[in-house]
Amino acid sequence: MRVAVDRDKCCGAGQCVMIAPEVFDQDEDDGIVLLLDDTPQARLYRAVREAASVCPAAAIQLSEPDVVQPGVG
Amino acid sequence: MSGTPDYPFRNPTALEPPEEWASLREGCPVAPIRLASGDEALLLTRYDDVKQVLSDPRFTRHLDAANAARTTANASGGPFATRRSGMAASVGEGHQRWRRLVGRAFTAKRVAAMVPRMAAMSEQLIDAMVAQGPPADLVSGLGFPLPVWVICDLLGVPNGDRFRFAYWSDTLMNLSKYEQKEVDAAQAEFNEYFAAHIAAKQAQPGDDLISDLLALVEEDDLMTEAVVLGTGQSLLVAGHETTANMIGKMVAMLLADRRQWERLLADPSLVRSAVEETLRFDANPGFGMPRYITEEIEVGGTTLPPGTTVVCSMASANRDGQAFEDAGDMDVSRSPNAHLSFGAGPYSCVGQALARTELQTVLSVLLRRLPSLELAVPARELARREGLLVGGLQQVPVRW
Repeated sequence: MRVAVDRDKCCGAGQCVMIAPEVFDQDEDDGIVLLLDDTPQARLYRAVREAASVCPAAAIQLSEPDVVQPGVG
Repeated sequence: MSGTPDYPFRNPTALEPPEEWASLREGCPVAPIRLASGDEALLLTRYDDVKQVLSDPRFTRHLDAANAARTTANASGGPFATRRSGMAASVGEGHQRWRRLVGRAFTAKRVAAMVPRMAAMSEQLIDAMVAQGPPADLVSGLGFPLPVWVICDLLGVPNGDRFRFAYWSDTLMNLSKYEQKEVDAAQAEFNEYFAAHIAAKQAQPGDDLISDLLALVEEDDLMTEAVVLGTGQSLLVAGHETTANMIGKMVAMLLADRRQWERLLADPSLVRSAVEETLRFDANPGFGMPRYITEEIEVGGTTLPPGTTVVCSMASANRDGQAFEDAGDMDVSRSPNAHLSFGAGPYSCVGQALARTELQTVLSVLLRRLPSLELAVPARELARREGLLVGGLQQVPVRW
C-alpha cells in the first residue's frame, strides 16, 4: 500500500491521527496533515483505509494494486 | 396555502427521525421547503448530494445576500445571516488561512492532551450526581457543564461566567424561541463581555487560544482584534451548544436500546466507533447547513438557478441506504463510518477532534462509573428542545 496526502485539501479534522497515529500526524502550526509513513506495514492497512474513507476533505489517497477500494459504509 | 412543507420537520418522538426524510430521499431529493421566515429553500436529503454541496465552495455561506432565504422569522434573518464583522475573514478567500490559524488549537494531539482534565471533570460531575442520588438529569448534571468548562478553559474565559454564556448562546442559536430584541440585547452584552475579555488578555496574556490569536495580530494582517472577537464568540457558542446537546442524545440513544450500552460495557474498545455511530444516528440534530449560490449548478439531476438557497440535511444523508448498509439500524461497531454530522470539505467543523474526544471521554467515564445506568422514563417521553438551530433533549432522566 502507498499512501499520499493532499495538504492543500486537508481541513485539519484530525480523524486520520486519531485512527492511525503511526501513519499520520498534524503540523503543530496549522493542524494540516503530515504523512509519517507512505508505505505502512500490513497490520496498519485496516486503520489507514478507515482514515482515508472518513477524511472529510478526501485528502488521503491510497494506491493498493490488486485490491478493490472499499466503499463508504 | 401552498403544498410546500414547513421546515424543520417534526420528529415522531425525540429519538426518531421525521418521516419526511425517507420519502424525500426516495422520491424528491431536491425538495422545496418553507422556512420560519416564509421564504422558500430547497432541502437536500441524499448522502451524495449533501456531500457534494458541502464540499463545493461555490455553495457559499453568504446567507446575508439580498435574495438568500432567511432561516428565521426574526428581522435579522437568523444567525446564518448575521454579518459579524469579525467573521468576514472566515469566509471566502481568507478562509483557509483563518482556518489554519485557528485549527492549530484543535489538533488531535492538543485535544488528546486535554483528556485527563476532561476525565477528571467528568468524574467530579458524576460524583455530584451520585451524591444527590437517582434519578438525575444527565443534561444539566453532565452534558452541559462539561463542554462549557472545556471551551472556557481553551479560550481562557472564567468558567464561573458559564450561566451567562448559556443564555447568550441560546439566543444566538435562535430559530423561533426568542424575539429579535432579545437576540439583539444578548448579542450586545456578549460583545461587551468578550471585548473586555480580549482587553484583559492583551494586558495579561495567558496559555489560551485568545492570547495566542492576539499574539498574531501584530504579525498577520488577517488577524485583527475584530477577528479575534468574532472567532472567540463563535467558538464559545459552537463549542458550548453542540457537544452539550450531543452528550445527552448520545447517552439517551445508547440507553434507549440498552443492548447497545451492554455491548459497550462488555467491550469498551467500541467507545470510539459508538460515538461515531451516535453522531450518524442522531435523528434530532437541528436545522442542517444552509448554502447560497450565485451561479447555476446541478445537484442530484436538478439544475439550480443562481440565487438559490439550499439546506443540507446531514442527518438525513446519514441514514441514506445508498451510503450505509442497514442505515436505519444503530450499530456501535460500524466501521468505517463516514457520516456527515461535522459537514465535509474545507468548511467542516473546526472543533470536531475536540467534540469527538469529549464524547469519547465522557462515555468512557460513564461506563466505568455508572455501569447500571438506565433511562428513568420511557425513551418516547424524552422531550426535544424546541426553537433552536441545534437539536437536543430538554432532560435525560437517568437512574443507576
